[in-house]
Amino acid sequence: MVEHRDVRVVYRGGSRINFREPVISNDSRFLLCAAGEFVKVFSTVTEECVHELRGHTDQVTGVLLRPSNHLQVYSCSADGTIRLWDFTDGILIKTYVVGYPIFSIYASPNHNDVVFVVTCMFQLVAVRLPRCADQRVDVPDLSAVLSDVSSNPAAVAFGRAGGFLASVKGLQMEIYFFKTSKFFLKEDNKKGGRNTFTCVACHPKDDCVATGHEDGKIRLWRNFNHKKEYTYSILHWHHSAVSAVRFTPEGTNLLSGGVESVLVQWRYNQESQKDFLPRLGAAITHLAVSPDGALFCTSHSDNKITIIQSCVRVSAVIQGLVKGENVRTDLMVDPRSKALVLNGKPGHLQFYSLQRDKLLFNLDVVQQEFIHQSGLEQFQVVRAALDASGSWLATVEERKRDAADLELNLKLWRFDEQTQSFELNTTVAAPHEARITAACFDQAASSRTSTLVTSSRDGRFKAWRLAAPAHTDGDGPSWSCDFVGAYHGLVPGRCCFSADGSLLAVAFREVATVWSAASWELLTTLSQPPGDIRDLCFGRMSGSKYLLGTNENKMLLCWNLLSCSLEWSTSMDVRLLLPDPLSENMAAFCFQDGSTDLFVFGPGEPRPLFSQKAVCSGSVTRAVFAPREAELESCEESSQWLNRSQLYFLTQFMVNRKTAGSPGEPTESRWEPLEPGLGFHREPLVIDDAVAMTPFHLLLGKHRRPEAASGLSAERTPPPHGSPAIKEVGSRERSSDNAPLVSQLLQAPAHVLPAASFLCSAFVKSLLVSAAGSSEESRPPEEETESEKEEEESDEETRTRISRPDQESRGARGGREAGGPALTKAQLRELRRIRKLDLGWLAGLMEP
Amino acid sequence: MASFKPTKIPVYPKLGEKITEDTLYWKNYKVPVQIKEFGAVSNIDFSPVAPYNFAVTAFTRIHIYGSFSQEPVKTFTRFKDTAYCGRFRSDGQLLVAGCEDSVVRLFDVSGKVALRMFKGHTKAVHITDFTSDRYQILTGSDDYTCRLWDIPNAVELTSYQEHTDYIRCGVTSKLNRDLFFTGAYDHTLKVFDARTDKSVMSMDHGQPVESLLLYPSEGLLVSAGGRYVKVWDLLKGGQPLVSLKNHHKTITCLALSSNGQRLLSASLDRHVKVYSTTNYKVVHNFDYAAAILSLALAPKDESIVVGMSNSILSIKHRKNPEESKEVTGQQRRRPSYRVFVKGKNYIPKQDDYLVSKSVKQHLAKYDKQLKRFSVSKALDTALETSTRGRKPDIAVAVITELDRRGTLKNALAGRDEEQLSRLLNFLMGNMFDTRFTPILVTAAELILDIYQSVIGQSAVIDRQLIKLQELLEREIDYEKNLLEILGMLDTMFASSLPRKEVPCSGIISGSNGLAQGEASTSRPQLQVT
Repeated sequence: MVEHRDVRVVYRGGSRINFREPVISNDSRFLLCAAGEFVKVFSTVTEECVHELRGHTDQVTGVLLRPSNHLQVYSCSADGTIRLWDFTDGILIKTYVVGYPIFSIYASPNHNDVVFVVTCMFQLVAVRLPRCADQRVDVPDLSAVLSDVSSNPAAVAFGRAGGFLASVKGLQMEIYFFKTSKFFLKEDNKKGGRNTFTCVACHPKDDCVATGHEDGKIRLWRNFNHKKEYTYSILHWHHSAVSAVRFTPEGTNLLSGGVESVLVQWRYNQESQKDFLPRLGAAITHLAVSPDGALFCTSHSDNKITIIQSCVRVSAVIQGLVKGENVRTDLMVDPRSKALVLNGKPGHLQFYSLQRDKLLFNLDVVQQEFIHQSGLEQFQVVRAALDASGSWLATVEERKRDAADLELNLKLWRFDEQTQSFELNTTVAAPHEARITAACFDQAASSRTSTLVTSSRDGRFKAWRLAAPAHTDGDGPSWSCDFVGAYHGLVPGRCCFSADGSLLAVAFREVATVWSAASWELLTTLSQPPGDIRDLCFGRMSGSKYLLGTNENKMLLCWNLLSCSLEWSTSMDVRLLLPDPLSENMAAFCFQDGSTDLFVFGPGEPRPLFSQKAVCSGSVTRAVFAPREAELESCEESSQWLNRSQLYFLTQFMVNRKTAGSPGEPTESRWEPLEPGLGFHREPLVIDDAVAMTPFHLLLGKHRRPEAASGLSAERTPPPHGSPAIKEVGSRERSSDNAPLVSQLLQAPAHVLPAASFLCSAFVKSLLVSAAGSSEESRPPEEETESEKEEEESDEETRTRISRPDQESRGARGGREAGGPALTKAQLRELRRIRKLDLGWLAGLMEP
Repeated sequence: MASFKPTKIPVYPKLGEKITEDTLYWKNYKVPVQIKEFGAVSNIDFSPVAPYNFAVTAFTRIHIYGSFSQEPVKTFTRFKDTAYCGRFRSDGQLLVAGCEDSVVRLFDVSGKVALRMFKGHTKAVHITDFTSDRYQILTGSDDYTCRLWDIPNAVELTSYQEHTDYIRCGVTSKLNRDLFFTGAYDHTLKVFDARTDKSVMSMDHGQPVESLLLYPSEGLLVSAGGRYVKVWDLLKGGQPLVSLKNHHKTITCLALSSNGQRLLSASLDRHVKVYSTTNYKVVHNFDYAAAILSLALAPKDESIVVGMSNSILSIKHRKNPEESKEVTGQQRRRPSYRVFVKGKNYIPKQDDYLVSKSVKQHLAKYDKQLKRFSVSKALDTALETSTRGRKPDIAVAVITELDRRGTLKNALAGRDEEQLSRLLNFLMGNMFDTRFTPILVTAAELILDIYQSVIGQSAVIDRQLIKLQELLEREIDYEKNLLEILGMLDTMFASSLPRKEVPCSGIISGSNGLAQGEASTSRPQLQVT
């Protein structure tokens, strides 16, 4: 048992900085915002992260400047604590334990040492923070102020000098006066249906409450001291929901924002005068104003905070990792900047520095004006590929107009050394007729002209090459289609190039086809046990003769390209298979029982170099190997695979994690020790190449075994449990032998087989081999015994096979060794019956 | 704050002819000067000395034109019948011409009356030329003979009667005074040496030979006859080098560009083709109004002169590079240098507060309107610029943009008769351009949806809709035909291509049919093991 002390999963960043409204410090120098389990302190001038306030153990849900000391800040979290920090030095001062998850935090200037928090019961609770010297204080003093408040932190606001509190929820607004402890309930008219409250803000100097609504209107409420006599005025500019309203500290202006991504500044009492700041990039989710009124800042739905000067000019942009609804492009590493590349905000590709947890830049792929309107189909970057040197980038963008109409563009970008950015070289409109499923570049570093291959659901894959300009008016070489390939009208799936760029493998449902990249000839097809191929990749370096694939049938397969046969296979539900570009290792993420396991192995044999159970909960959607800056000198076998690169993966909750090996660091307690035996279940399966248990197989088994045994009796010793099963029986090399012929015949999907008339004679001949020839005179007795032995063996197998479902039902993590398609009990019974039949008469008939 | 991104007008690939160096070179000629002659122009010959006048043989006259005059500088009219083949001597002083009346006449270029008359042929003389020593004349005639004449004495030196049909073309060697080449309607080319009394080489062209051309190196001979141009290697004993078939009617004339890199052939099919002499591919093509009978190029390709059967002489002069530049220079006056450097060279002092001026983004009018979300106006503007500038891509790009924004319906709706008819006109003009079809079909569908309630109220709109329908039907028919042809081609290709077997995962290594053979060969091996 190997100990994996030094390999652990570390959270790396990419957290949401737009989760809660940011806070600007009193001197406008710092901006604080909740980011995952941390509070990040940014400089408003340089956009750099100055401190990370670490301490919370769950999502931070609110940040608040301490009213009595402007150099300190409260933060609340879903772990049930409020923490007080000195943000200029990044020091934790105090921890107040509330005990309930907290959703948001407010303070009122009128109440010293009291903060108001929204707890899990959607109650607004006043928390009196005790003064004592301890680092960690339990808060005994909770008093509910309001019940049934909205979980949206923008739905509660404190009025002038902390005198009253306004809370909105649904179609209802409540105003609570602290002095009289009186409510004023206000029912809004329910006729419209769309005028639900979304946010609220109170004027700092005046008795006025501004509320934002779903229908894009802002209402200014006055005279609410007296029941039934309140008045309101309506401001309408937004066309869809107002998501944030805020007054400036002096109360002269009202700011509002919404989906349109336009910041609107209204003059208080002269509401016809408005200032606009359009095209902020994405929908505004929160608004904040610095206490001196010099800066505004807006949080946007694309994980961005924009800092705006009071003269309505953008001064800085703090951009986090943009996570759209899903990462459509794969994760890639830019070879030049070592940045992570993935699709960002609509129509953009983002380059994200893994080392600094910072967005380097956004590449505008679509180059169109983004229209902020809900329900509008936008162009999305769906595929991207980088070549080995990082000098070419291919992007695929698509927009679904109707069910039938799909707009596709393939763009190729060249890296310009002078401007240090990608420049558009070629645009191919409608490169395919249907959605593009995969795009990959020829990764050979030496090749001068790289090749791009795209495969599409229209049943074709195309190879694109850089062609010199054929005529003089062109200003440079551009890309053009070099080859269109198809295979029996099947839909191509994944495609990949071998490390030297000479072979291209394209998965067509169940069949892996291998093409020569030089002549675009179909070299061979690799069929396999049924199941559509999910992932496909070539081995690298010493394992370059292997092609690995995973299929929907929960199999991991490895073909040997020299013999064009299956080298080994193992049964595991691999969700992601990715090769390390700097070593020959492969990483496989398997999803099982709601968590994901990680296995690292060399392509040559099904033995894991490293495995870790339950790397994270939920399935890993994307992962990538990123090269290390400096190579590590690790001698431990289990962590050697991390010497050159680090493995980053993206969990379902869209946080970026990595597996990092740094010796000396203690293992976190929650990573349980690993048992390599459990990960890769070695199959003691003797049926070679996992031929499906079919009536045919059982019939033919008798004839095949003796032949195989005669040549390979040494290798045929049943492998001891725990050592890798030698699956290649070696009979491939002996192509003269008829047994593999038959086995291949049975393995191959029917559609790749030649016509039955061609096969028939060969097939029948192969059955006759034992009866013909001269040497079989001595064999028959042997054969008899052998076949009986085999029969016993296979009997055992069947028994294990039958027992397995029971095991599974008992909850064991079995079921991994399923070789062929599982047969029902009835079928098995039928099979056994067939085998018991004496078929000797058949052999007798065939003998000359 | 990001600036407004203007609508992108996609650049469509240029269809048709690709622009190469050759097209640029051969297109760089002015509009042709056309001169009406008295009859079909049978021969054009440039004087080898400056100012490179050229002699045009047409009907009973030979005109000599200066390089830029439209009127003949000299005319020879002393022919009794149709004149043929007026050619200059290498010093440009003398001109020789054959005639239908079998008499060969020699003229002084400055004189009018023939200096010598060579009589002896019995039929029309179609071919005359000077030998390279300047003292002899080669003639070829319809009486199947070709003869050499002495100029000073006007006597016949030799006569060769080897051809068995009309001799219609011939050239003399520029390097050797004794060698000459003739081509005849008996499909043969012959090489004669005046020192022997027989032809020294004979080549079979396969068609009646119409024209001959000798490369400056005189290693290669080009012949034209029928629809073929053939190149012969004389140094290899008249071995055919290449045969070109690019015209679809008889080729009448050949010429070589001044640097010897391009070969030109003119044909009755009204085309002049330009071949590269390195790979003999057609690199350019000229069209003319009528069947071409004669073609000549001025030295340095300064002009291309073509004579046609409708008795029109077309002269194209090369464009002068300086001239064209001057014209554009006069049109655009640049602002003076001061304007550009004004205020630019001011170095701010230390305490100065620098107010940076934002660069104003220039937007097209329709972009400005799109920025303001006034979609109908943007569409109107785009349509207007498109129809005025004959650039439909702008309007199509704006329509695409509106469709992307989901506001195409709003932009198309609410139009009066005049605006709608303009829109329909645009659709009719561009809907069947394959580059624009997808988006314009969407627009047309929307228009029909929006305005179906008012159909029948305006005669203009109804007429346009019916026209649109007709166009649509025609297009559908066309597509159907194309698909039929495609189907036919597919079957033809499928039957003509040899079927290639793909090895199937080594199941039965090799092709299917070999399985049996392998099975039988495998048995001995099995016994060995």
